Amino acid sequence: MIDSSLTTGHVVGINGNMMAVEVDTGSVVQNEVAFVKLPDAKLKAEVIKVIGKKCYMQVFEDTTGMAVGMPVEFTGNMLSVELGPGLLGQIYDGLQNPLTLLDNKQEFFLQRGQYKAPIDREKKWDWKPVVAVGDRVRGGQWLGEVPEKFITHRVLTPLGMHGSAVVKKILPAGAYAITEAVAELEVNGKVVPVTMSQEWPVKKAIKAYKERIYPEELLITRQRIIDTLFPISRGGTSCIPGPFGAGKTVLQHLISKFSSVDLVIVVACGERAGEVVELIHEFPEMKDPKTGGSLMDRTIIICNTSSMPVAAREASVYTGITLGEYYRQMGLDVLVLADSTSRWAQAMREMSGRLEEIPGEEAFPAYLESRIAGLYERAGLVKLHDDAHGAVTLIGTVSPAGGNFEEPVTQATLKVVGAFLGLSRKRSDERKFPAIDPLDSYSLYIDQMADSLNKNLDREWTRMVHEAEALLGRGAEIGKMMTVVGEEGISIEDLVSYLKSEMLDFTYLQQNAFDDIDCAATIERQVVDFKLLYKALKTPFSFETKAEARKFFVNLQDNFYQKNYAAEDSPEYAKFVSKIEEIIVSGGGRLV
Amino acid sequence: MFKEYTKITNIIGDIIELSAEGVTYRELAAITNHNGDTSLAQVIRIDGTKVSLQVFAGAKGMSNRASVRFLGHPMRVPYSEDLLGRIFSGSGQPLDGKPAIANAEETDIGGPSVNPVKRVVPRNFIETRIPMIDLFNPLVESQKLPIFSTPGEPFNELLARIALQAKADIVILGGIGLKFDEYIGFRRKFEEGGIMDRTVMFVHTAADPVVERLLVPDMALAVAEQFGIAGKRVLVLLTDMTAFADALKEISVAMEQVPSNLGYPGSLYSDLASRYEKAVDFDGAGSITILAVTTMPGGDVTHPVPDNTGYITEGQYYLVNGVINPFGSLSRLKQLVIGKVTREDHGAVMNSMIRLYAKALESKKKISMGFEKTETDEKYLRYADLFEQRFMDLRVDIPLNDALDLGWKTMAECFDRSEIGVKKEVVDAHWPKGA
Repeated sequence: MIDSSLTTGHVVGINGNMMAVEVDTGSVVQNEVAFVKLPDAKLKAEVIKVIGKKCYMQVFEDTTGMAVGMPVEFTGNMLSVELGPGLLGQIYDGLQNPLTLLDNKQEFFLQRGQYKAPIDREKKWDWKPVVAVGDRVRGGQWLGEVPEKFITHRVLTPLGMHGSAVVKKILPAGAYAITEAVAELEVNGKVVPVTMSQEWPVKKAIKAYKERIYPEELLITRQRIIDTLFPISRGGTSCIPGPFGAGKTVLQHLISKFSSVDLVIVVACGERAGEVVELIHEFPEMKDPKTGGSLMDRTIIICNTSSMPVAAREASVYTGITLGEYYRQMGLDVLVLADSTSRWAQAMREMSGRLEEIPGEEAFPAYLESRIAGLYERAGLVKLHDDAHGAVTLIGTVSPAGGNFEEPVTQATLKVVGAFLGLSRKRSDERKFPAIDPLDSYSLYIDQMADSLNKNLDREWTRMVHEAEALLGRGAEIGKMMTVVGEEGISIEDLVSYLKSEMLDFTYLQQNAFDDIDCAATIERQVVDFKLLYKALKTPFSFETKAEARKFFVNLQDNFYQKNYAAEDSPEYAKFVSKIEEIIVSGGGRLV
Repeated sequence: MFKEYTKITNIIGDIIELSAEGVTYRELAAITNHNGDTSLAQVIRIDGTKVSLQVFAGAKGMSNRASVRFLGHPMRVPYSEDLLGRIFSGSGQPLDGKPAIANAEETDIGGPSVNPVKRVVPRNFIETRIPMIDLFNPLVESQKLPIFSTPGEPFNELLARIALQAKADIVILGGIGLKFDEYIGFRRKFEEGGIMDRTVMFVHTAADPVVERLLVPDMALAVAEQFGIAGKRVLVLLTDMTAFADALKEISVAMEQVPSNLGYPGSLYSDLASRYEKAVDFDGAGSITILAVTTMPGGDVTHPVPDNTGYITEGQYYLVNGVINPFGSLSRLKQLVIGKVTREDHGAVMNSMIRLYAKALESKKKISMGFEKTETDEKYLRYADLFEQRFMDLRVDIPLNDALDLGWKTMAECFDRSEIGVKKEVVDAHWPKGA
């Protein structure tokens, strides 16, 4: 790294959160962090353009009171986060400032220029070494471990280390703080101390692993429409675009609560503070379905809400994915939720506008697509040097202007994600939740994971799912037909298909997010429920009149619906199941 | 003590540019024109010694020899209990003929955002006695909600009615581009309703300079914030935020910024969000609830202003054809109070009534296209009529619990209990006897 500790400059221009700085002495690095000194505070900024002796910087704070001539000190480092034990359960802003620590005064507001250490410096961790003196290690390999909440936190060799190193010294088991050197490594003939924490520039992907692996395992979200119809794989990517009010955030929250992963990183990027507040207050009270501990213990919240400075919003998504990659290095299964990537893209647009760059479509910068692709490519399933597997799954919401999926951010995202869960205004207006449109949405993973799904869920799983999907398409066609020719214009068989597809939609694809039982369905329950429903869908019921058919389905559908509210092993559940089987038989079906 | 400049180099729209030193970003300046007119102005860009200012009173008639004196601080608003019952312009001048507020603390407008960990989860239901709001999309304390409407709809009447019936400690009205008649309308209603003594008004009428428009929300919200910290439950009314966004557009075009959509600046989302996000329930103090009006140009909800607003706010009320439309309208915070603060059957009544009404409209459509009316259709048609008359009519003025009872009654008059898609226990407890 270039030693630019002496680089200084002074402000020559201010436009919103962009400042122009003239460099007095020394060199500058693109994306380097600098501080501008105001009478009352030192504000963090990042170099985004260098023109001769002048560089343009985005300031991560409100620039009120800044004046020409104010001194600027460059740090020589790119915008980085601190990685180490103690991240879990924290609430950070986009620059990894712990919001709870900024809160020690009787102060309601986020005053600018306050930067606090992201991880506790004093706390002692129970360290246990896993390598011995003389061992050869590569970058990002495990040196030892400490227990952090419910996970085993692996202490890693420097992530950016080239080639391999030899362990020269390693501390025995004991309690140490993150600032203490627990090992010494010889790298290229030089001995370097290693602590439990390290820094990493957020805009660079962590690639200290052996190889990437083809993702074939299901990530269980407990949302039936996702897990069954449009599954997401561990290490996969997905996007949830939708107009405002279609339930993106409620869906994201449910996914963050119920997903079967080791930890969840929620990036609230340019969205409402109120949403984060709900998480902050709810998660400590809720149980992690996997460990039984508090949900907060497996969660990290990165919170840069819409009224917080826009440049830090741009950084927040990178901060989130970097923390995800770090825990992936420990062989863990990490889910990163970015809500919303459109706000992140808009932050880039605002800055691009201030830099007077030539605008692309809808004034987004020309590099929008490559930035989006670069972000989603940081997700993935990997095989580590220690042969364990780790995964980062990334689900981003998109807030398309006017709810129109043709806009640049949605389109650029669709090119790089494996599952598209499009929310529709129409469905949300009809109070259907999740408002994922089953006709528009798709998942490339269902075929990619077919072997594992058919092995683990049911031999016929993917075939049954595809049939259900086809029925939905057929139902929609008949529905359209009925608006033209009326119910009297279609055959009884078509009406039956239509009613079946309605039943599938109403009793399986929709869930009541606010009911304790129906809000989340385990995969085991999904398999049982889906197979029973499939039976009803496949039975060729015959009726004399359409009124008779409607009456039959009102009854059948109501039983499927009420069953959703019954706990899996409850007598009510068993009662509904036998009632449903009875109705199927009464309609001429046979039970196998 | 402050240096005076008398050489303006450029005048573009309402923006003036001059050469000056030692100026800080967002600093305020006092401008005295050659004819003695005065105005405030704010620094919006500094490039070396070139300083750009937006002139609150507008640059019409501005001489390039006008004097500019920098004041060393950003825009502030006085805060004290004396503000109650008073009316000010966008730049803080009294409009009610009374003297300016003296000896008051001054607070910067457009201050930093609240630390999310100092917010609490909203939990108080605000009853408005309007069933389309209370029953279907209840308003929650600290919520930010716009009324999406079109010119000519009674949105200001609705806003005033909510202000009168919502029982807030303090009401702050921010009028942005109001017609003079609308301004007087608010004033009269507040006086007649007896709430003027707990109201503060910041009013910018359509005839006032456009830059002052930009100040109104910030002034109103800065004052609201101070009352909120002091423990008051504040209701802020902003009408019309589309006029605010149009002012942003005017300024950004004058500043030669690259527009993103229909000429609005790329920062429109952030600009609106930094205002709406002032809605808060403080941990250990009061709260700010924001009800705003956003008129949709051409009735188009995908227009950048309503569209960006919809993403920022916690729902919206659609006021079209004189009624609050039950489908587009949404209160995102309703789940925090429904069945928790309100009656336990609230959620079930709300969901099934809406679902039934949606089906009823389908039946209506079908029949209007000339299809045969089935027995099922008859039921739905009857239900639609009752729904519109008992709930949607804006004149209906009943408390929530009465509306819930009326809901059960209406459903029972039209349907069988298995047709309404409600959990059995709830139906058992509430289905009207003898139905």
